[in-house]
Amino acid sequence: MTTLASDSGDGAVAERKASGVATWWPRLRPLLLAAAFPAAMLAIWHFATIGRPGSLIPPPYEVWLELRDLAFGGINDDAYSKTLHIHLLASISRVYGGFALALIVALPLGMLIGRVPLIRQLLDPTIQILRPVPVTAWLPLAMIIFGLGPRSAFFLVFLGAFYPILVNTIFGVRSVEPRLFEAASMLGCSGSAQFFRVVLPAALPSIFTGTRLGLGFAWVVIVVGEMTGVQTGLGAIIMEARQLSRTEIVISGMIVIGAFGFLSDQLVMLIGRRLLAWSPSHG
Amino acid sequence: MAEGAIPILEMKNAGKTYSQNGRAIEALRGASLRVKKSEFVCLIGASGCGKSTLLRMAAGFEAATQGDVLMWGMPITGPGPSRGMVFQDYGLFPWLNVRDNIGFGPKSRGRTRAEIRETTDRFIELVGLQNFADIYPHQLSGGMKQRVAIARVLANDAEIVLMDEPFGALDAMTRERLQDELVEIWSRTGLTVIFVTHSIEEAIFLADRVVVMSPGPGRIDNEYSIDLPRPRDIASPEFNEWRRLLSSQLHSHHGRKAG
Repeated sequence: MTTLASDSGDGAVAERKASGVATWWPRLRPLLLAAAFPAAMLAIWHFATIGRPGSLIPPPYEVWLELRDLAFGGINDDAYSKTLHIHLLASISRVYGGFALALIVALPLGMLIGRVPLIRQLLDPTIQILRPVPVTAWLPLAMIIFGLGPRSAFFLVFLGAFYPILVNTIFGVRSVEPRLFEAASMLGCSGSAQFFRVVLPAALPSIFTGTRLGLGFAWVVIVVGEMTGVQTGLGAIIMEARQLSRTEIVISGMIVIGAFGFLSDQLVMLIGRRLLAWSPSHG
Repeated sequence: MAEGAIPILEMKNAGKTYSQNGRAIEALRGASLRVKKSEFVCLIGASGCGKSTLLRMAAGFEAATQGDVLMWGMPITGPGPSRGMVFQDYGLFPWLNVRDNIGFGPKSRGRTRAEIRETTDRFIELVGLQNFADIYPHQLSGGMKQRVAIARVLANDAEIVLMDEPFGALDAMTRERLQDELVEIWSRTGLTVIFVTHSIEEAIFLADRVVVMSPGPGRIDNEYSIDLPRPRDIASPEFNEWRRLLSSQLHSHHGRKAG
């Protein structure tokens, strides 16, 4: 009885010979493939714009200079030099602030809608109708209600992050396998204890997916959010630079948003892998 | 069966009728069964014979619509730790590792951390999963998952273990091994086991008593006490005799035998 079963299926991992090409090529290959496409785009961009002074799109090298000037100054010495940290910080605080508020509201609300039929009947139809309304459409109303400035931006980011978190939380707490409730109740866990010991952990993968999508949307809507007349923020300088035809600043802002959105997503993924090690689709 | 003694589980003329899309479906009719403590009872029959319904009523997952279902003479009103169920699809909590799955019951019942640790250690060893205590269910084979499910029920001091075709999804080798282990655990612990199967061989190998059921509506047809000594040899002539007898019993229903 105490011997280990042979049906354990723990087949020994096949050992590979560590020699030459076989070891570094499999690691290098995906990196090279991932870099090939942007490199090609960069080349096309360069040859399409270089030596054309009238072009509204600057060549990559000018964007690179602008990016450096935004970050460290010393090249153009204009109103934008060495201001990147201010705009970045403003945008990050709005993205994470709006996202945090969305989490605080959407998580409990989603659990209630998912588990309490009365609340579902009361709120779900309204939410389903409001959900398709794009964040951009809320812009004028937000500016009337919250005024010009950061509060409107904050609200719009909140709205962008809110629905994915809400919808996935509702889905997660509603789609718990019925078998797990039976298992819990025959083991002596019943009533409200089941919410914390069965529903929440079972819903965690969905909640995580919603959270990740929500944070992604928060970055996506930051430019719209900063069209509300705020002075600082990556979205704000992109809009301002557009009016000044400073396309190199527009592109610089896009690059910074892309980079930080990516980093922020990687961070969430890292947390998810820790938290969801048990889940075959996350671990 | 001892006369007079209160059976650990008793069904008195128990029946179950579902309502599906406004139509009444009778899953089980007039089932009467007495199971005494430490008995190993197998329920066998074609699909639709109500064997799973009977088991789920004993577990308390479903209420009888007619008759009584009693444990130690008291009506069963819902699921509880005294009756542990082992499902064919395991029903393990995927977010808990082997140890915490086994400790789920003791934790629900407010045991201390040290007690839970002691209990889980004991039952991990009983089912031979010492090297897998920190592994999550999705990393386990079917046979190992079912060991965890059995240990989980035993760790919770279940008096009756209800098993719903627990080895049905396993390969033949794993199945035989688990059958051997189950008999050994059962004979050492004095558990009461009610085991649903559709395999005649499995029923004869495991059971003190085989209850034969038939569909349309589900009902109990006959009971047979298997008096073969243990460990049972599936190749012996006596075993084969039982196999022939039960096989003819079960197959006679396909021809809608009268009476």
